[in-house]
Amino acid sequence: MSIPGSWYLVVAALLFGLGAFGVLTRRNVIVMFMSVELMLNAVNLTFVTYARMLNDVGGQVAVFFVLVVAAAEVVVGLGIIVAIFRHRATVTVDDISSLKG
Amino acid sequence: MLVLGLVIGFPLLGFLVLLAFGKRIGDPGAGWVGTIAIALSFVAAVVTWILLLSKHAGQRTQVLRLFQWIHAGGFHVNITFRADPLSVVMMLFVTGVAALIHLYSIGYMKRDARFHQFFVYLNLFVFSMLVLVTANNLPLTFLGWEGVGACSYWLISFWFERPSAASAGKKAFIINRIGDMGFMLGTFLVFENLHSVSYSQVLPAAHRLPAGTAEAIALLFFLAAAGKSAQLPLFTWLLDAMEGPTPVSALIHAATMVTAGVYLMARLSPILALAHAASTTIAIIGVVTAFVAAMAATSQTDIKKIVAFSTVSQLGYMMLGIGTGAYVAAIFLMVTHAFYKALIFLSSGSVIHSLDSEQSIRRMGALAKLMPITAWTMIIAWLSIAGVPPFSGFFSKGSILEDAFGRNELLWVVGVVTALLTAYYMGRLVFVVFYGKPRWQEVTKGHEPHESPRIMTIPLIVLAVAAAVAGLLNLPYSGLRFLHNWLSPVFGSALVSYHLSASEKVLLPATDAVVALLGVVIAWRLWRNHSERKALEPTVLLKGWYLDSFYDRTFARGGTALAKFGDRVVDPTIIDGAVGGVAWLFRWVGGLGRKVQSGLVRSYLLIMVGGIVVMLAYVLVSAAR
Repeated sequence: MSIPGSWYLVVAALLFGLGAFGVLTRRNVIVMFMSVELMLNAVNLTFVTYARMLNDVGGQVAVFFVLVVAAAEVVVGLGIIVAIFRHRATVTVDDISSLKG
Repeated sequence: MLVLGLVIGFPLLGFLVLLAFGKRIGDPGAGWVGTIAIALSFVAAVVTWILLLSKHAGQRTQVLRLFQWIHAGGFHVNITFRADPLSVVMMLFVTGVAALIHLYSIGYMKRDARFHQFFVYLNLFVFSMLVLVTANNLPLTFLGWEGVGACSYWLISFWFERPSAASAGKKAFIINRIGDMGFMLGTFLVFENLHSVSYSQVLPAAHRLPAGTAEAIALLFFLAAAGKSAQLPLFTWLLDAMEGPTPVSALIHAATMVTAGVYLMARLSPILALAHAASTTIAIIGVVTAFVAAMAATSQTDIKKIVAFSTVSQLGYMMLGIGTGAYVAAIFLMVTHAFYKALIFLSSGSVIHSLDSEQSIRRMGALAKLMPITAWTMIIAWLSIAGVPPFSGFFSKGSILEDAFGRNELLWVVGVVTALLTAYYMGRLVFVVFYGKPRWQEVTKGHEPHESPRIMTIPLIVLAVAAAVAGLLNLPYSGLRFLHNWLSPVFGSALVSYHLSASEKVLLPATDAVVALLGVVIAWRLWRNHSERKALEPTVLLKGWYLDSFYDRTFARGGTALAKFGDRVVDPTIIDGAVGGVAWLFRWVGGLGRKVQSGLVRSYLLIMVGGIVVMLAYVLVSAAR
């Protein structure tokens, strides 16, 4: 007996909500970053689930794109975080508000 | 008619050369360039005249079309110049007198800091004047009209370091605007009724104008002429215009520009011939101006102010001629006046030059022995303007007065009284300046005034000869009316000829001569040994009938008050308020937006997520429906 597809979707939604909550509530940039990764993977899970349910390989292809983009984003994002850390010795986002209008 | 292009082209060329290289050519080279340009223009004008002379009397209107200037719907204006007997007469005396005055200016303006600039303006002026007199349509005439006005402004305020000169230039410009409004409205009316602004089409078709329209057009153009030719009530600017260098007064404010109004009236004679009420108005304003200005001239103490009032008075005579339909007489007086009035100004300039810019006749006197050429040329000019036979003024003023008599005896009486005043005030000037006791010691600080250099006296002598014999142009005997025969095809039926009885034909000139001599004798008896007679110089006349202070009180002060009100109230509150208000509005809106831009990444994210939730909710709700 196989687990129905909707369960996977529920898990993905929970993961996504968890990630969004983390991004909104945590102040440490690294943790926020991890939460973003969580959201991305929640989306990946959704893609795969639908690929399976609809018998369409396009969803799986999209996952590869997301993985590549996520990897690139991690490189750039971590680079920025390192640069900020070197500059201000902090990675707490609330302290970084130079763009306040 | 290519040579016509040369008449206009030489001053333009001179202007451009002086504009580009004037400073490098310097003093006196720039003056010579300007003088030669005008002299060549005079030669070209003579050639034009000879070419026209060789044609049959009916075919003496030649047109030079250069290119189209304005084209809008049915409205065409071409750059077209016209050589006909009238414009040739204007060309000849404008370029002739201008060439002499240019020559004189080389001496007069010597060592002036802006020597070359003076000749730049002077050449531009002659160019504009020639455009004015040769234009073949109203807008092109207007171009020249404004051109001479602008040059007049620049030259009046040539010594703009003096505040009085700067404001005199502005005054001339502003008062002339009143007249220019009349010129433009008149042009509009002409186009409205005749669907053209070209003289070649308008003048032959003038008889199609309804009488009322013709009156309106004539009065509007007379308003323009009254501004330019300093008639009542607009003559006050000409007195202040004496702030300019004396050659400018001679050329622009005596000989040429101020006669432009008279020329315009003569040019539009077919329209004037239809406008009887307007013609009568012009004649009355002319003769009243002549009288009023002559009265004021009797009491002035500034030598140039005397001559300026005299110019206004003579222009009044010309307008009297225009108003009575005596166009030839008006042009005749214009030409002779150009000679003797330019001469009077240049002689005055010679006196002023030798007395270190002193202009008050109270501090002159006994200069005849020291400056014989200046004195003698001035005396010839005086006898000419006074109308002593056989000098030119006798014939030219005589023919105006004859026609005035034919129109209405009252016009003639005022004209003759003015003639008496003319002989008297010019006599006063001559006796007080050149005879009596010397009163210039304080001014010259010891050294004696001496005759001006030859470059200044040669133009004086040439003009003196012209002023003396110019009467030959139009002697009142059949067969010798050269100017009349030359000009009458232009005016045609507009030219009014009055029939005088045989006795009137003898008595009128005799009266003129007696009156002129009477004026001379009165001046001699009263002023030979006096330089000041309070009883004969009432303040009301010295102040020019208080017309200037009247304008100052009624218009200038009101305008100044309005400007001050604007400065104090309108500008800070309404103008600045509007500008500041717009800035404040944007700042306020921006302040609202600033609150969103907190710099906190998490609040941005919250907004973003909130936005996504709202969008998703919308999609879900609309999908469910």
